Amino acid sequence: MISLSEYLIVSALLFSISIAGIFLNRKNVLLLLMCIELMLLAVNLNFVAFSHYLNDLQGQIFVFFILTVAAAEAAIGLAILVVVFRTRRTINVDELKDLKG
Amino acid sequence: MSVEKILFYIFSAILLGAAVLIVTRKNPVHSVLWLVVAFFNAAILWMMLEAEFLSIVLVLVYVGAVMVLFLFVVMMLDINITELRAGFVRNLPVAVLVAAVMMAEILLVVGSSHFGLDKVAAPVRHGADYNNTAELGFALFTDHLYAFEIAAVILLVGIIAAISLTLRKRPETKYQDPSKQISVKSTDRLKMVKMDGED
Amino acid sequence: MMESILLTIVLAPLVGAAIAGLLRNQIGKAGAHWATILGVGTSCVLSMYILYLHAFAGAEVYNQSVYTWMVSDGLRFEVGFLIDRLTAMMMAVVTFVSLMVHIYTIGYMHDEDGYQRFFSYIALFTFSMLMLVMSNNFLQLFFGWEAVGLVSYLLIGFYFKKDTAVFANMKAFLVNRVGDFGFVLGIAAVAMYFNTLDYAEAFAAAPAFADTTINIWGDEQWSLMTVVCILLFIGAMGKSAQVPLHVWLPDSMEGPTPISALIHAATMVTAGIFMVARMSPLYEMSETALTFVLVIGATTAFFMGLIGIIQNDIKRVVAYSTLSQLGYMVAALGVSAYAAGLFHLMTHAFFKALLFLAAGSVIMGMHHDQDIRNMGGIRKYMPITHWTALLGSLALIGFPGFSGFFSKDAIIEAVHYSTIDGAGYAYVLLVAGVFLTALYSFRMYFLVFHGKGPRDEHAKDHLHESPWVVTLPLILLAIPSVFIGYFTVGDMVFGDYFNGILTVAPEHNTLGQIEFTSAWGFVMHAVHGVPLYLALGGLFAAWYVYTRKPGIASELRTRLDWAHFALDQKYGFDHFNQAVFAGGSRLLGKFFWNVGDKVIIDGIAVNGSAHTVGWLASVVRFIQTGYLYHYAFAVILGLLGLLTWFVVR
Repeated sequence: MISLSEYLIVSALLFSISIAGIFLNRKNVLLLLMCIELMLLAVNLNFVAFSHYLNDLQGQIFVFFILTVAAAEAAIGLAILVVVFRTRRTINVDELKDLKG
Repeated sequence: MSVEKILFYIFSAILLGAAVLIVTRKNPVHSVLWLVVAFFNAAILWMMLEAEFLSIVLVLVYVGAVMVLFLFVVMMLDINITELRAGFVRNLPVAVLVAAVMMAEILLVVGSSHFGLDKVAAPVRHGADYNNTAELGFALFTDHLYAFEIAAVILLVGIIAAISLTLRKRPETKYQDPSKQISVKSTDRLKMVKMDGED
Repeated sequence: MMESILLTIVLAPLVGAAIAGLLRNQIGKAGAHWATILGVGTSCVLSMYILYLHAFAGAEVYNQSVYTWMVSDGLRFEVGFLIDRLTAMMMAVVTFVSLMVHIYTIGYMHDEDGYQRFFSYIALFTFSMLMLVMSNNFLQLFFGWEAVGLVSYLLIGFYFKKDTAVFANMKAFLVNRVGDFGFVLGIAAVAMYFNTLDYAEAFAAAPAFADTTINIWGDEQWSLMTVVCILLFIGAMGKSAQVPLHVWLPDSMEGPTPISALIHAATMVTAGIFMVARMSPLYEMSETALTFVLVIGATTAFFMGLIGIIQNDIKRVVAYSTLSQLGYMVAALGVSAYAAGLFHLMTHAFFKALLFLAAGSVIMGMHHDQDIRNMGGIRKYMPITHWTALLGSLALIGFPGFSGFFSKDAIIEAVHYSTIDGAGYAYVLLVAGVFLTALYSFRMYFLVFHGKGPRDEHAKDHLHESPWVVTLPLILLAIPSVFIGYFTVGDMVFGDYFNGILTVAPEHNTLGQIEFTSAWGFVMHAVHGVPLYLALGGLFAAWYVYTRKPGIASELRTRLDWAHFALDQKYGFDHFNQAVFAGGSRLLGKFFWNVGDKVIIDGIAVNGSAHTVGWLASVVRFIQTGYLYHYAFAVILGLLGLLTWFVVR
C-alpha cells in the first residue's frame, strides 16, 4: 500500500524543484510563470492526497477552485507578458525595473 | 511490492524528472512540453487517489487550454534565449542549496513518522458504483454554491482582463463601428447637386 | 414674597448691567446711567427694607435655596439665600456705596470713552457682590468670589490701552488666583469631610470633626479644622489683600477712581473679612488658624501703613491706608472680635469710599494730575470736597466721636484683652498703626488742601468745585462716616445684633471683657488710653512737618535713607515676586518649552516620527530594487524562515 507520506514527499520534491527553478531561471518571466504552475501542481497534489486519505471531499473542492484561479492567473499573466513584450521588446527581468524605489 | 506501488514509483519518477527538465531546458518550448508531461503524470497520480474528475479536468483544462496558451505565447514572442539564460550556472549552487534546505525541512514534517501508513491508514477503495463527479458536483452546487459563483465571476474577469490587455487598435484593419452605423444620417450619404439640363 | 424681594435685589443690577452693556449703542450715555442707577437704586431701597426688617422688626432668619443646579452623590449644588442681620448689613452697605458711586461716576466719567461699559461693569459688580454676601452655600460664595474678581480685573484694566493698567489687572488676577487656589482647596475640604456645601449643615457637622487630624504629606498630622480654616483664609488673604498677597491692591489704582472707591476700598476687598466672620463657627475651633489670622492682619496693618507715609500719588496713599485698615479688620477676626471687625468693615466702607471719591474729585479738579506734591491750597477752590475729605480723614484716624474711632478702638481693646498667641505682637503693631494712620492721612490732607496753591500756576485757573453729582455722594457718605459709629456701636459690637450669627468660644470672648456702658462713655474712656494720644500726635506731626517746617521731611529722608529705600521699594515684595515667582515661572516655562516642547514634542514626537518614517523609508527603498526575482527571493526566504520556525518549534 502507498502511504500518505509518499505522496507528500513527491509533492515536496516537486515544490523544491520549482523553487530551484525560480532561482535558476530568474531572468525569464515565462519560466517563472511555469515554475509557479508547477508549485500549484505540487500544492494541489497535497490537497488531493489528503482528501483521499482523510476521506473528505473538501480537499478536492479546494483543488477545483485553485485550478480556476490558476487558470485565470495564467491567462492574465500571459496577457501582461505579451503587452510587456509588445512595448519593451523584451521579457528579460533585468530590464524590467521601473518600480525601483 | 504491489503493482500499484510500482506504478506509483514509475509515474512519480517521470513527474519529478519532467519537473527537473522543465527548469533546466534552454528552450522554453521544450520546457512547456515537459510541463505537459508533468501534468499528465500528475493527472495519473490523482487518478490513483480516486480523484477522477479533477484528474480529467487537469488534462482537459490545463494541458488542453492553459499549456496551449503557454505554447502560443512562447512561440509568439521573439526572445533571445541566451541572454535569458545568463547566470544559470552561477545561480545553480544557491538554487540547489535553498531547494535542499526546503526539502529537508519539509521532509522532517511529512516523513513517514508522521504520515506513514501506521499513522494514516489507507482508506478502503470505493466500489464500482461510486461516482466521484457526482459527489463533487453535489458538494459544489449545495455547500459551495456561493464560492462557485465567485469562481465563475473570477474567470469572467480573467477573460475580460486578458482580452482588454492584449487588444490593440490596428488602423490598417477595416472593421465595423455599429454606433456609427446606426447614427448615420441621409445627408452624410446623399448630396443634392444642381445641374443645368442638357438637351 | 420674601423670595421675590431677594431675587429683585440680586437681579436688578444684573438687568441694569445687561442693558447698559449689551444695548450700549442704542441707549446712549444717559440711558446707560439711568438703567444701572435704577437697577442699583431698586436694590438699595429693598436692601434698606430688609435691613429694617432684621434690625428693627425682628424678622426671622431666611435660609432657603431657590434653585438646585445639580445633586451629585448627596452633594447639593444650589443657589440659595441666607438672610440674617449680617447679610442685611452687608447688603445695605454694598448697595448704598454702590449707588453713591454710580451717581458720582456720572460726573467723574463724563468725558471718558467707554462710559456705558463702565456702568455695565459696576452694576455687574454689584450683582456679583450681592451674590457673594447673600449666599447660603460655599458654591455660590465661590461664584460671587470669582465674579467680583473678574469684574475687578475688567475694571483695573478699564484703560486697556495703557500698559500699566494691563500689567496691573494681570497682576491682580494672578495674585488672586493664588489666593483662590487655597480657597477652592478649603471648599473642597469642607465638601469632602462635611459632605455638604450648605453653611448651616457644614457648621452643624463641624464640631464632630474638632479633633480630626489629616495627613497632608509625610507622617505629619494636621488638625482638619486648622487646615480648612487656613486654606479658606488664604482665599481671604488674596481677596482682602493681606501680606504677602497684598501686592495687587496698590497697583489696582490704575483703574478709574470710582471703582477704587467701590471695589478696592469699600466692598470687594472686605469680602475676605465677611467670609471669615461668616465662618466663625469653623474658626473658633482652631486657635492656630486664629493666631495665623491675627499675625497676618497685624503685620499688614502696621507695615502697609508705613509705606503709605512716603507715597506721593494721592490714590496710592488712600490705597495703602485701605491695606492698613483691612489689616485692622483681619486682626479683629484673629482675636475673635468678629463683630468689631464687621463694624470696622462697615464704617470703613463709608469713610474710605468718601476719601476715594474726594480724592477723585480733587483729581478731576487737577485734570488728572495725581501727585500730591503738585497740589496745595485746594480748600479754597473746592470747599465741599475739602470739608468732606476732612471729615473722612478724621473718621479714618479714629478721632473721638467719629465712626472710625469706635470701630478701631474696639479692635485695639479686643486685641489688648486677647490671650491667644501673637496677641502681644499684634497689640503693639496696631497701637503704633494708629499713629501712622493719623500721620499719612493728614500728611495727604495738609499737602492737598493747605499750603500754597498748586505748583502749576496754570492749574489754578480752572480749579473749581466739582458738579453736584460728585458732591452729593460726598455729602451723603460723609454723614454716616461721622455718625454711624456713635449710633450703632452699642448694638453691633457690644449688643446682641449679631447674636446667633457669629460664634465666639467663651475663652476667646475678648469683646465681652471690654467695659462698655454707652457710646459716650466709650468716648470718655478713650481719653485714658494711648491710641487717642497717638492719633492726635500723628495729626500734630503731620501738621507741623508738612505745613510749618517742610524741611524736616527731606531732612528725615536723607537721614533715614535706608528706611526710605525699603519703604520706597515696598519691602521688595514686587521685586521678589517678579524675580522668584514670575521669573521662576518663566524659567520653568522656558524649560518646558525647550525640553518638553522643542525636544520631546517637536523633536521626538512630531519631527522624530517624521524622521523615523523617512529613515525607514530610505531603508525600505533600498530593498525595493524593482527586480522581480528579488521579490521572489524575499518570498521564498520568508517561506523558508516560517517553515524553519514551524519545524524547530
